[in-house]
Amino acid sequence: MYELSGVVKDYKKGRTIVHALRRVDMVIEDGEWLAIQGPTGHGKSTLLQILGGLDRPTSGTVELDGMNLTRMRETALTKVRSRMIGFIFQTFNLIPTLNALENVEVALVPLGVHGAERRERAEQALASVGLGDRLRHLPSELSGGQQQRVAIARALVKEPKVLLADEPTGNLDEGTRDEIVGLLDKLRRERGLTLVLVTHDSTVAARARRIGQMRDGLLTVGQATSNHPA
Amino acid sequence: MFLTYLRRELRRRMRQAIVIALGLALGIGLVITVTAASNGVKNSQTDVLHSLFGVGTDITVTKPPASGQTQSIGIGIRQQVKSEVKGGSSVSAVNVNVNQLLNSQYSTLTSAQLAQVTRIHNVTAAVGGLALVDGTVTGTIPAASLGKGQGKSINSNLTENSFTVDGVDLTHAQSGPLSTAKITSGTMLTAADTNADDALVDSGYAAQNRLHVGGTVDVGGTTFKIMGIASVPQSGSPPNVYIPLAKAQALGKTGSTALTNEVNTIYVTAASASDISAIQSSISQALPGVTVTDQNNLASEVTGSISSASTLANDLGKWLSVAVLIAAFLVASLLTIAAVARRVREFGTLKALGWRSRRIIAQVMGESMVIGIVGGAAGVGLGFAGAALIGMLAPPLSATVGANDAASIASGSAGNQLGNAFKAVTDTAHTVSVKLTAPVTIDIVLLAVVLAVAGGLIAGSFGGWRAARLRPAAALARVE
Repeated sequence: MYELSGVVKDYKKGRTIVHALRRVDMVIEDGEWLAIQGPTGHGKSTLLQILGGLDRPTSGTVELDGMNLTRMRETALTKVRSRMIGFIFQTFNLIPTLNALENVEVALVPLGVHGAERRERAEQALASVGLGDRLRHLPSELSGGQQQRVAIARALVKEPKVLLADEPTGNLDEGTRDEIVGLLDKLRRERGLTLVLVTHDSTVAARARRIGQMRDGLLTVGQATSNHPA
Repeated sequence: MFLTYLRRELRRRMRQAIVIALGLALGIGLVITVTAASNGVKNSQTDVLHSLFGVGTDITVTKPPASGQTQSIGIGIRQQVKSEVKGGSSVSAVNVNVNQLLNSQYSTLTSAQLAQVTRIHNVTAAVGGLALVDGTVTGTIPAASLGKGQGKSINSNLTENSFTVDGVDLTHAQSGPLSTAKITSGTMLTAADTNADDALVDSGYAAQNRLHVGGTVDVGGTTFKIMGIASVPQSGSPPNVYIPLAKAQALGKTGSTALTNEVNTIYVTAASASDISAIQSSISQALPGVTVTDQNNLASEVTGSISSASTLANDLGKWLSVAVLIAAFLVASLLTIAAVARRVREFGTLKALGWRSRRIIAQVMGESMVIGIVGGAAGVGLGFAGAALIGMLAPPLSATVGANDAASIASGSAGNQLGNAFKAVTDTAHTVSVKLTAPVTIDIVLLAVVLAVAGGLIAGSFGGWRAARLRPAAALARVE
């Protein structure tokens, strides 16, 4: 469970200070799917990065399962990221020189999983996203949707508690978008994942249990919809 | 994963990797070639110095000639002229026939001084020798009238003949001038010849004067039997004739003073190379006024193309290699930093996935190290090729050790001409021709490996430092 309290993030841009987040208070329950919407440059990605321990807030606290991420040393934070948090990016961020299998294996390296076990788990993860027959393909040999599936497999192979997705369907056509969102929802439910998804796309956001709106660094989270199970 | 990732990444930017490796190879190859050439020059110098200095001799001790010492031949002539002139004011024609074995190059050192050197700590051997000049002047000085106390220039018809003679201590022939000599015919002089009228003749001098084993050579008015023809490696300019030291002492003179129990050169062998400096100091303290020379001193006096090659290798070559190496390291570092800059998002992703900075640095440094090692291997190949080229194409080098300053011999009217004739003989410059090789030793190859690793480490460190400084959020925000 995430608990955010009074989270502020300011950037210095030249001589001006950009207030990316202005006192964000929020609780995200385990297994919840929260979609965050809002115009570009209003703090959505910043919030996601702070949730993922990729950035630290200027003030306020972020707790994940009782661990204060804002006070953690970098090495401990790295460990949390490697074990508990999966990331999915709009541009997939696959390593171009590694094939699909190796790209997924990369996520198991910091966990010290070696050799055959690492390969087996990566193969299973790719099979679970429907790419069991594309193991040896390089990213350049895969379609956008397939690349995002590899990225999802990479995020899930370490069996994280939280999945943070930044515009995961932003680079995909509608058909592929629906496929990917469906896949994420399915995996979330199967694995009991907490899913925080940033999107411009209202169709995608509509599938979430709760929707938050970011405007000028302020987050407004709506009520949970009853038709979507947690 | 480390190796797979490394291999794939290097394959992706193969062109850049090749450029970096070639840059390093060029630098390392140049360092190897220059170092090998420098070693070759040093080896050549050592060969030259051995031939001029004597194998087994670490230090030579001499004493500069006393003022007026070199007038000796004039004295000989004047004595002969004086004997022909009985105090009159006119001189009738004088037939001149003077032969002297002269010590004109150095002051003498006594056997007590030789013993002093022998007793110095870490001196394993000290052997005395006499470097002399045998001079013969024949001809006629025409009649002339001289006023009392007057000097007058006389146009004489004199011919001079001279050659260099070394008196060698045959009981310690392992040091000194005979130590490098090879007998091309006949036999070497031995301790049994110490008091015999036996001589060795240098092969060049023997050929020039048609001397051969079994023949004779006159030294200081004594006929010596030629026992062997000696050759000094590297075609040095050794003494023309070697005779036993005792004989040289008996026949030789400094001016009109006999050389009994005296030497003018002491050849010293040190227990080890590290003792040479201390021994030099001890000798200088024990024998004030002497000149103590080791191979390094002699090397500094070597001139000729070998000296130019040495200067070229040590100065230009060294700095050129250093410059190319620095440039190669710089290019490698800049290209690695550029490569890291292009992979910022990739490294940001890895950090987001939980990769520690040090693992990413290791990845970057691993890539640089592989490039460095490949560059090093290519550099070793280039270095061997460069060294081989030097061996094939380099012209023979000549080395000249400065002429003796035994210099002006005579003063006085008749003596001047004779003095000039003798000066030409005693001012001998020793010139040696050697072939330059560029030996690539294991040390040089190890140096190349160290440089390759250093190049990789330096380039990787810059790249790794850049990668380590990346904040994951900033890296992921980078638009590519």
